[in-house]
Amino acid sequence: MSHEAIKHPGLNLGSAHGRDHDAAEAMLFGFWIFLMSDAILFSMVFATYVTSVNATAGGPGPHELYDIKNVLIETLLLLASSFTFGMASLALKYKHGTARLIGWLAVTLVLGVAFLGFELNDFTSMFAKGGVPSRSGFLSAFFDLVPLHGLHVMGGGVWLICLIGQIAMYGVDTQVKLGVMRLALFWHFLDIVWIAIFSGVYLAGLA
Amino acid sequence: MIEQTRDDGNAATRKLDERKEFHSYVWGIALALVLTLVPFALVHWAAMSDLSLLTVIGAFALVQIVAHFRFFLHIDFRQKREDLQLILFSTMLLVIMVAGTIWIMASLAMRMALPA
Repeated sequence: MSHEAIKHPGLNLGSAHGRDHDAAEAMLFGFWIFLMSDAILFSMVFATYVTSVNATAGGPGPHELYDIKNVLIETLLLLASSFTFGMASLALKYKHGTARLIGWLAVTLVLGVAFLGFELNDFTSMFAKGGVPSRSGFLSAFFDLVPLHGLHVMGGGVWLICLIGQIAMYGVDTQVKLGVMRLALFWHFLDIVWIAIFSGVYLAGLA
Repeated sequence: MIEQTRDDGNAATRKLDERKEFHSYVWGIALALVLTLVPFALVHWAAMSDLSLLTVIGAFALVQIVAHFRFFLHIDFRQKREDLQLILFSTMLLVIMVAGTIWIMASLAMRMALPA
């Protein structure tokens, strides 16, 4: 890391960015508070899932419904997108130019959309096997937790598109820098939530 | 002239910082890949009994979460005190509420002879 003092979670822009670096401190602290409250939300939905994991009411359970290969592909897509967002953050911090920043953000967006595609495919095949939310407490809890994460990823995708549009329109100004840094926190945070989901829901369900 | 030398020096440290931070992301994804693939492989080939498998999955998940915090979110113990306190407080709330929920519901299920 750099020898400068760390001011906030996530990659710090550093003093080479002057006032933008100072502006980031309060902004990212506020956004981090939101992320922590979001983590509490996810953890409670997760706890609800764990308490109803055996409440299948005679309907299909994890072994009939989960597909480990698809989950692995989704996991790798999301992990790769975390890495490409890291590359976008570096392109921003070290001023590699607008094209490279937009390029990495676009790759991240594509990976995020691919993740959502695989996830929707999973849900439709679960529906086809009778795994609909109204079937049992277990399925209600599942479709409360996993699509909640998917919705977050979709929100992150919309945000990515907005940021790319802003960069194209206004260039890399203070607003854009702070936006990219906040979205970076959000995106890496969603990857951490996914660790809990693939371990606690899918792997534990299939174990 | 002096200005120029200082700029060159700054550019050199920034280059060094950049390489360090790039390596940090590479470390992050390498560690995350290993910590992901091992539990998937264990579950796929069901190499263990149920309880120890669950324990191993949980342990790998915890280590991977720490790795993501360290390498992707750049959070370590050099963090500002407010940030660290916020993280620790949120973790405490999270653990109390999740563990409490699971405990009380499991206890209820056992006493009521429900399937949980």
